[in-house]
Amino acid sequence: MNRIKQLFQEKKNILSIYYTAGYPNTGDTIKIAEALEKSGADMLEIGFPYSDPVADGPVIQASSKQSLDQGMTLNLLFEQLKDLRKNVTIPVLLMGYVNPVLQFGVENFCKACAEVGVDGCIVPDLPMVEYEEFYKGYFEEHNLSNVFLITPQTAVERIHKIDGLTNGFIYLLSSSATTGKNLEVGDTTETYFGRIKDMNLKNPTMIGFGISDKQTFDKACTYANGGIIGTAFVKAIENGDLEESVNAFMKKFKA
Amino acid sequence: MILIMGNIIKFIVVGFNRRIDKKDMKYKVNEKGYYGDFGGAYIPEMLYPNVEELRQNYLKIIDDADFQKEFHQLMKDYVGRPSPLYLAKRLSERYGANIFLKREDLNHTGAHKINNTIGQILLAEKLGKKRIIAETGAGQHGVATATVCALRNLECVIYMGEVDIERQAPNVARMKMLGAKVVPASSGSKTLKDATNEAMRDWINNPVDTHYIIGSVVGPHPYPDMVAIFQSIISEETKKQLITQTGNDQPDYVLACVGGGSNAMGMFYHFMDDENVKLIAVEAAGKGVSSGFSAATTYLGKEGVLHGSRSILMQTPDGQVVEPHSVSAGLDYPGIGPQHAHLFKTGRGQYVSITDEESLDAGLLLTQLEGIIPAIESAHALAYLEKMEFKGGENVVICLSGRGDKDLDTYIKYFNL
Repeated sequence: MNRIKQLFQEKKNILSIYYTAGYPNTGDTIKIAEALEKSGADMLEIGFPYSDPVADGPVIQASSKQSLDQGMTLNLLFEQLKDLRKNVTIPVLLMGYVNPVLQFGVENFCKACAEVGVDGCIVPDLPMVEYEEFYKGYFEEHNLSNVFLITPQTAVERIHKIDGLTNGFIYLLSSSATTGKNLEVGDTTETYFGRIKDMNLKNPTMIGFGISDKQTFDKACTYANGGIIGTAFVKAIENGDLEESVNAFMKKFKA
Repeated sequence: MILIMGNIIKFIVVGFNRRIDKKDMKYKVNEKGYYGDFGGAYIPEMLYPNVEELRQNYLKIIDDADFQKEFHQLMKDYVGRPSPLYLAKRLSERYGANIFLKREDLNHTGAHKINNTIGQILLAEKLGKKRIIAETGAGQHGVATATVCALRNLECVIYMGEVDIERQAPNVARMKMLGAKVVPASSGSKTLKDATNEAMRDWINNPVDTHYIIGSVVGPHPYPDMVAIFQSIISEETKKQLITQTGNDQPDYVLACVGGGSNAMGMFYHFMDDENVKLIAVEAAGKGVSSGFSAATTYLGKEGVLHGSRSILMQTPDGQVVEPHSVSAGLDYPGIGPQHAHLFKTGRGQYVSITDEESLDAGLLLTQLEGIIPAIESAHALAYLEKMEFKGGENVVICLSGRGDKDLDTYIKYFNL
């Protein structure tokens, strides 16, 4: 069984961490994955960097740029990920923009993911229509989940369509925003989260964008199967000893 | 006579109904938002509701009689259209062909960009938007956007690359006078591509009350089609003017410069289905196509996705967008609109390139032969005349997309004036 499905069957309050591959240093990709699993992360989203990340705020933009400047490519990432499953057992997704995937070849990309033990992908600018018409087959052939995003503005019919098309989890954006904005859970957000919860979707949901501490994470867990942290984590590992930074960051969520 | 009548009838049809029949669809957008292999809407979910709202409404709004009336009224009284089609005699003598300049440089704000911003601001009003954002390269689109925002009393934020803010200072001052907030884009190459990224990020963060006026025929569907429709007034008028001046609405050649490609698409639009009219799109070679400092997208690029549509873009084998170079800020873009990619791939359009130096020389030449200082962008199209061979008597239309006032500093430096 796909590791993602298994995780959601077995666990509640799932903590998923996003980080940019090859940041702060090119060789850190696997080290971070191992440190995160050791310190209690339930799932990982490894970002493959892109030169023009329009959905990202300044922190993830900067990490992407640094990673690219240091020589990261999709080819190099898959080379690094050959060591992924030596010590990492939790589900791992790759997250990034569609153009590098298209240049790599979608079929090759799916095959490479499966070979290194990646369980799913999040490609926010890959349209649902194109996915369904051209690429779904490759994802299914390699047992990969493809995760879609929804925002407070996503229409109900579209949410149902996404629920029918995906097979891992649905990524609930707390608001329409680039990454790194603070989560302000007001009445409208609560209504939206509540509305999604009441829809009884077949897929589990994870809330992302704007979760940075225990309080916002716990809030996310009351409405969804868990929360995703990106910007706050990327910022936390910018300087200093990598393993110590990861441990210190994760400790905040285990209290 | 019959031929002329035929052309007149055809013109009337073209002028009043964009969607004539099936054969007209060969180079136009299909129902899925594609031009052949290119186009689509490759956007994150955060942008979907906005883009979908536009997609569902843009044709309905544009085709509405009241909208058309207001649009054409403003085009006439505010922009100063129709822009003249000027037979440049001394230029014609030099090259041995009848060279007509479509004088978009005479529009209010000095370029073709205003055609699109008037159209989009009226559309934004119909959609109930209160806040307008835009990207700009040379500053022409920024000025045109700030202008219509002043005209219609809407809040205006313009994103502009730091490098462009530096080299297009007069336009920055204009935008500020017009009441716009100019926000520097400091990522990447600090030019048009990065300004576009910042504008998209703004739109993601302001999903309800904001309309993004994209200035070129790029972006997710329906932007390339919408911008092309607003700019198509250029070729609509040109056809009418050609009939009056030459008796034939079909010239031998139509030329325009291409960055993202909005003036070229406006200039090509009503000629696309006249297969005997040769369409020549001139890209910026920068310091030379092989110099590593170029914006010649069709020569250097590959198929991929940039700013929401599948097109041709300059990129590394890993799919990272390459930073372009051109002396002209308006052509300093690593992609082209999807419809251009389609014209290029099908061979309907010929895509060529001109270096920084060739364009500046052509700008000076036009100034001295005709008393018109062109924008450096438009000078790229003029420069290609040097590379063409004429038998004599051919009719050539060049889109003079903008005036050169904003480029004086660059001209002064290059020619030691």
